[in-house]
Amino acid sequence: MKNTFIGSPVERREDLRFLRGRGTYVDDLAPENLLHAVILRSSVAHGRITSIDASAALQVPGVHSVITAKDMPGGPPIIPMRLQPLPEFKPFEQPVIAHTKLRYVGEPIAVVLASSIAIGEDALEKIAVEIEPIPAVANWEVAARNQSLLFEEPGTNRSLVFHARKGDADAVFRDAPYTRRERLRTGRHYGLTMEPRGVMAEWDAGSGKLIVSGAAKVPFFNRRILAKQIGLPEDAIEMVENDVGGGYGARGEFYSEDFLIPFAARQVNRPVKWIEDRRENLMAMNHARESEADIEIACARDGTILGLRGEVHTDMGAYMRTNGAVGARNVAQFLAGPYRVPHVSIDSSLWMTNKTPVGTYRGPGRFEANFFLERLLDIVADDLGVDRVDLRRRNLVSSSEMPYAIASVQPTDAKDEYDSGDYRAALERCLTEFRWDDKAKLQGALIDGRYHGLAVVCFIEGGAAGPKETARLAVNEDGTISLYMGTSSVGQGVETVFAQIAADALEIPMDRIRHVYHGSTTYVSDGYGAYHSRSTVMGGSAVLDAAANFQAAIRDAGAKRLGCDPSAIGIAEDKFTGPGGNSLPLAELAGLSAEGAFLNKRHTYSYGAHAAHVTVDAKLGQVQIVDYLVVQDVGRAVNPLMLRGQVIGSLVQGLGGAMLEHLQYDEQGQFLTGSLADYLLPTATDFPNVRCIVLEDHPSPINPLGAKGAGEGGIIAAGGAMANAVANALRSFGAQPRQLPLTPTYLWELVQAGQREAAE
Amino acid sequence: MSVQFTVNGKAAAVDVEARMTLADCLRQHLRLTGTHLGCEHGVCGACTVIVDGAAMRSCLMLAVQAEGSEVVTVEGLSNDAELTPLQTAFRKHHALQCGFCTPGIITTAHALLSEEPYCDADRIREVLSGNLCRCTGYVSIIDAVLEAREAYQNADGGAR
Amino acid sequence: MKLPPFDYACPATLAEAVALLASHGDAKPIAGGQSLMPMLAFRMASPTLLVDLRKLPDLNRISIADDGVQLGAMVRWRDIEDDVRLRAAHPPLAAAIAHVAHYQIRNRGTVGGSLAHADPAAEMPGVALTCDAEIAVTGAAGRRVIPARDFFLGPLTTALAPDEIIVEVRLPAWPARRRWGFQEFSRRRGDFALAGVALFYDEDADGKAVNAHAGAIGVADTPVRLTGVEQALNGCAVNEATIAAAARAASADVDPPDDIHANAAYRRALVGTLTERALIASAAI
Ligand SMILES: Cc1cc2nc3c(=O)[nH]c(=O)nc-3n(C[C@H](O)[C@H](O)[C@H](O)COP(=O)(O)OP(=O)(O)OC[C@H]3O[C@@H](n4cnc5c(N)ncnc54)[C@H](O)[C@@H]3O)c2cc1C
Ligand code: FES
Ligand code: FES
Repeated sequence: MKNTFIGSPVERREDLRFLRGRGTYVDDLAPENLLHAVILRSSVAHGRITSIDASAALQVPGVHSVITAKDMPGGPPIIPMRLQPLPEFKPFEQPVIAHTKLRYVGEPIAVVLASSIAIGEDALEKIAVEIEPIPAVANWEVAARNQSLLFEEPGTNRSLVFHARKGDADAVFRDAPYTRRERLRTGRHYGLTMEPRGVMAEWDAGSGKLIVSGAAKVPFFNRRILAKQIGLPEDAIEMVENDVGGGYGARGEFYSEDFLIPFAARQVNRPVKWIEDRRENLMAMNHARESEADIEIACARDGTILGLRGEVHTDMGAYMRTNGAVGARNVAQFLAGPYRVPHVSIDSSLWMTNKTPVGTYRGPGRFEANFFLERLLDIVADDLGVDRVDLRRRNLVSSSEMPYAIASVQPTDAKDEYDSGDYRAALERCLTEFRWDDKAKLQGALIDGRYHGLAVVCFIEGGAAGPKETARLAVNEDGTISLYMGTSSVGQGVETVFAQIAADALEIPMDRIRHVYHGSTTYVSDGYGAYHSRSTVMGGSAVLDAAANFQAAIRDAGAKRLGCDPSAIGIAEDKFTGPGGNSLPLAELAGLSAEGAFLNKRHTYSYGAHAAHVTVDAKLGQVQIVDYLVVQDVGRAVNPLMLRGQVIGSLVQGLGGAMLEHLQYDEQGQFLTGSLADYLLPTATDFPNVRCIVLEDHPSPINPLGAKGAGEGGIIAAGGAMANAVANALRSFGAQPRQLPLTPTYLWELVQAGQREAAE
Repeated sequence: MSVQFTVNGKAAAVDVEARMTLADCLRQHLRLTGTHLGCEHGVCGACTVIVDGAAMRSCLMLAVQAEGSEVVTVEGLSNDAELTPLQTAFRKHHALQCGFCTPGIITTAHALLSEEPYCDADRIREVLSGNLCRCTGYVSIIDAVLEAREAYQNADGGAR
Repeated sequence: MKLPPFDYACPATLAEAVALLASHGDAKPIAGGQSLMPMLAFRMASPTLLVDLRKLPDLNRISIADDGVQLGAMVRWRDIEDDVRLRAAHPPLAAAIAHVAHYQIRNRGTVGGSLAHADPAAEMPGVALTCDAEIAVTGAAGRRVIPARDFFLGPLTTALAPDEIIVEVRLPAWPARRRWGFQEFSRRRGDFALAGVALFYDEDADGKAVNAHAGAIGVADTPVRLTGVEQALNGCAVNEATIAAAARAASADVDPPDDIHANAAYRRALVGTLTERALIASAAI
């Protein structure tokens, strides 16, 4: 049997339970004797704790205990960096609970354990915390003054500067025929998941085992941290991944609660569950994206890019946490995007401020970089009188230049290269499918009170972060097969994708793969998780390896049973077959299993283009999308149906960041957007006219599937495309958006400024 | 306080604090965990259930207010044997990823199609504007609901 | 975000309900709960008793008569949407209510709850104020009728005494040939408006506007009347020049706040734009 599940729009297995309301998310777990944890969080941005008095809270009937830093012998443990664990970041890392200083609104101060959440919340109001306020550092510019310091010991609010370098930028700028410098800003927003986070911990004092439910993304890594912090061997801790209501980079990193809840469960020797509520989620889950670029481009008169230099300043929030440095690094390394830029010099500063710490959000640093560069390119095209599309055609890295080396970054010594592809072809396909030439005449046109604008921008998406991923196949008692994965699900549908790959590799029907287990530390010896668009590429390649080993194991075992040569053994549905029509049920081999792995140091780069046609009501500052197209070459789409879902889903997230979503603080660092009526997510009526085309023209040469990571392509270029389309629509006003999100107020102000200028 | 109502066709009697929302009552007392909580302040729609035929946010309703009502949750719109036409259309169009918003969207769409089986895409978008989905970007959801309309239509142009 | 503790009562008569409110220091009615429940969830309100109005008889009636439209306090947004008579009997009411919230919320949210909640950006209070509505209430001291202009005192603050329940709102009769417009702008569909404008006028024999009424939401602590707009319209033909003058007057009439969704200058301009558009729409009717 030769299968072709790979490449088919196979309907998802997960759907059967989700559609019936039978998913099991962490809040759906309710063991006997459960205590609920509720967390008291800082209501001030910056201050020193002088006292915490929980005695009144303890009087509330139903309250079991209140945990603070004082209960942790040796002080609260520190959350280490997962990615870029540089010594420079050490002084800026976060204790799991505040003990002396408070550095952001939302920082945990105390944990109340109670018989219900409601009672826990009643008690929160009764905990008296005395705080001596310290002047708040509300943005990177204030941070740069280094007057009020978040951390006294290092004596600066800047935790690091990444340097991205390629060639000799300063030399190029000295003689460049044309240069242009701009200041551009992206707004703070985040990977809000519809399911808030949650952790449930069960401690079995008898066996010394700790079970932690609610794991996601990187359970093996988090187990390592927790084991160390809590003083248990790793194998005494089991991390269980349940159904997960969205990840987007933000869920599953190690947060305070990932220590506090297991710690509490062990303290009180009862199961403890904490479910983040939405208000907490808005101030406790990693923020992202707030960045300002002061960058300069050098070009030849024909628009050929000669160099790029400047500074980027990222508002890191109050602590360096797990993967928080990734965005600031990426923005520097990928500022040049898919374009041939021979000379690059970008310094990217990481500033500590009194806000929620940042972490990655889908397309970390890439969304920002794309907005900065693509905005700059349209301004350059205007200046030089070069067609915007031609400018991009001229500068895209061509397929003959692959692999193409990009800027390397210090101090991490990150070197990288683009693996393969025909960037120009994707751009042309996008223009054709979008009917760019037909629409071009609409640029700037005022029709029925609305200005029309177009834009096309290009992007690359990095994926498939190594180093390794693992998979195991096993024969079940009933002769079906189970697949155990080291990667995680964050709701993308990995169960289906991996079953497709395994069924193809084993040449059996998909329903023979009865279960795909993932994300929990019990299933395989090691695993690396779901981030950097890596699950399908890394996990899928590991499945191929495991399948080969599994087939070999079945051949060996089968040969013994049927008394023949291993090479004569085959697998057919629920049997293994030998020569002469001999066969036995696979169930006879129950328990047989084989592991496989995929190791990889290189990254895949999928790529493509976004085209946008918008209209703007200049008086309202309101933008509507008439048509929006994403074309992305993903190398190989294991499941095209799901891939389209990834592209459109991430696109609408990107449009949210471009137009709506904005985490806001005042000058005192007070958090202003604590509800979903304040933090505006895209709804079904906001962006109806979006579409995508997925190409498979250039498989990746660096993995056996040929797949490239492809969960971020929709989001990365959304800010750049929307800002450029709006600028194009409002060109009669000379409007040049320099910040995101493109709010009605901001666009109206740009129009007003243009009108004032015209009047003068 | 004691409350009695029917849930998915079965009588339910529970004893709850007055302050308990219908959502928490369904999830905690009746263990109907298909009804999800995405915000608890009325914006996300994940908690949508059908009360006496009308879609409502169960986080914005007290359990005691359901006294005497007929409540239908996503579990009540499902069966073991097969997916319903609405569910089938969702699966076909990949109208869900993480599945967290899905129960609220299924209940809302069911209420809508039961009342307005001939609604157009704009109306579907308008109605679903009260249900946040972070994964899909909505396009596939609208396609799925459009496709499912047929199962709610009668040959004579009325609703089934 | 669980609710604070409270007791709950679901009286069968208005008298009982009033008595419950009067006898508890800190009781609150609950109608649709679509504003009160979020307030409780954020613990921005913590009443000791909730008095559910859902069983009170006759509060969900919509009556349309020669002297106007009467909406019972428990009439839901959904009921207004479904009652096709209202589109002729009171066109700006139907138009304004079409902007309120979302499908599921519209199945519970009520006219009385919206008036009592008095969100400065809510549509119903804006319509009530602009249309000179009267709000009939019953309390321990008996019944009284409060003109809308005296009702809204501040954000979430009204002239209601703690034991008073809104029974109905009365909108004066709507002549068939009256010209009107309603315009609002919000960031997303169903959100509270950044600003909204409702206006209407009659025309005299010469085609000049008389009896002009204009009001705005989302630009002050309460809904406000745009008296400058009314003056700019009365006695004038509603032509381009009048519309421009009225739009300028609208912006001059308001002193809006800054908030996270829009700043003051934008909102001021927006009120002008919405007034202009409402007038253009009114002239086309
Ligand atoms: C996501 C969301 C979006 C929304 N968008 C909008 C919008 O765009 N425009 C808009 O106008 N509204 C909006 N709302 C609010 C909604 O319309 C509410 O339904 C309405 O404002 C209040 O009506 P209610 O019946 O739910 O009142 P409740 O929440 O029950 O009560 C509100 C207040 O009024 C009091 N009260 C209620 N009834 C009476 C009465 N008869 N007499 C005296 N006091 C009474 C209560 O004690 C309480 O203080 C939105 C709500 C949500 C959750
Ligand atoms: S949980 Fe009810 S609307 Fe979000
Ligand atoms: S499927 Fe994840 S939120 Fe909708």
